[in-house]
Amino acid sequence: MSVSVQREAFDVGAEIAALTRDNHGIGAVASFVGLVRDMNAGHGVDAMVSAMTLEHYPGMTESALQEIVAEARSRWDLLGTRVVHRYGRLEPGEAIVLVIAAASHRGEAFAACEFIMDYLKTRAPFWKKEEGAGGTECARWVDARESDETAAVRWKNSNHP
Amino acid sequence: MTIKLLYFAKLREALGTGGEEIALPAGVADVAALRKHLAARGDAWQELTRSQSLRAALNQRMVGPEAAIADGDEVAFFPPVTGG
Repeated sequence: MSVSVQREAFDVGAEIAALTRDNHGIGAVASFVGLVRDMNAGHGVDAMVSAMTLEHYPGMTESALQEIVAEARSRWDLLGTRVVHRYGRLEPGEAIVLVIAAASHRGEAFAACEFIMDYLKTRAPFWKKEEGAGGTECARWVDARESDETAAVRWKNSNHP
Repeated sequence: MTIKLLYFAKLREALGTGGEEIALPAGVADVAALRKHLAARGDAWQELTRSQSLRAALNQRMVGPEAAIADGDEVAFFPPVTGG
């Protein structure tokens, strides 16, 4: 399955190996891993992130990610794709999301990988709640970023409005 | 008609519920009308018309306010997404 939404950690090396196994037309594999950081907006101890919990919309997360991958495959000549997105409580240093795009050459692989991430950031129904120094008592919902919208919009073109 | 409603994240916390099933009166046939219908409950429910950024999904696809609702549909309301 090209898309997985799960609690469990993933193994990037194993995922790439699975994608490229017996698929020797692939000359380029571009991958992205998103991680939980220990700092966010704000200053000093207020910015500290001790844990993050990801909520999601079961059913829609899978279909939204599949649609994004399908869009990428329609725009670029890809030989393989894989998206894994975790949910649940994660701590700094843990991986949240994996995007892999494989193609004959690196142009398509790089572009598709970035496209999938940019679209995922604005269309996949996940919501992050951060715990700061005060733990779950002072948890706060992360606000969506305008820069993510801007990143997604730049992929619109005359062929794909 | 009867529809299933789902609320997520900060909205879910504000409303105090993750979802419900309701029967809609005649005349509430699109997402915009549904938001007004729910906001009429008052208190935190007014967020459904007050918030400019709230998103809606109909049968698990993002839609705009003009989207028509049918019997048995699933409608979800939520803040802008923050995955990845």
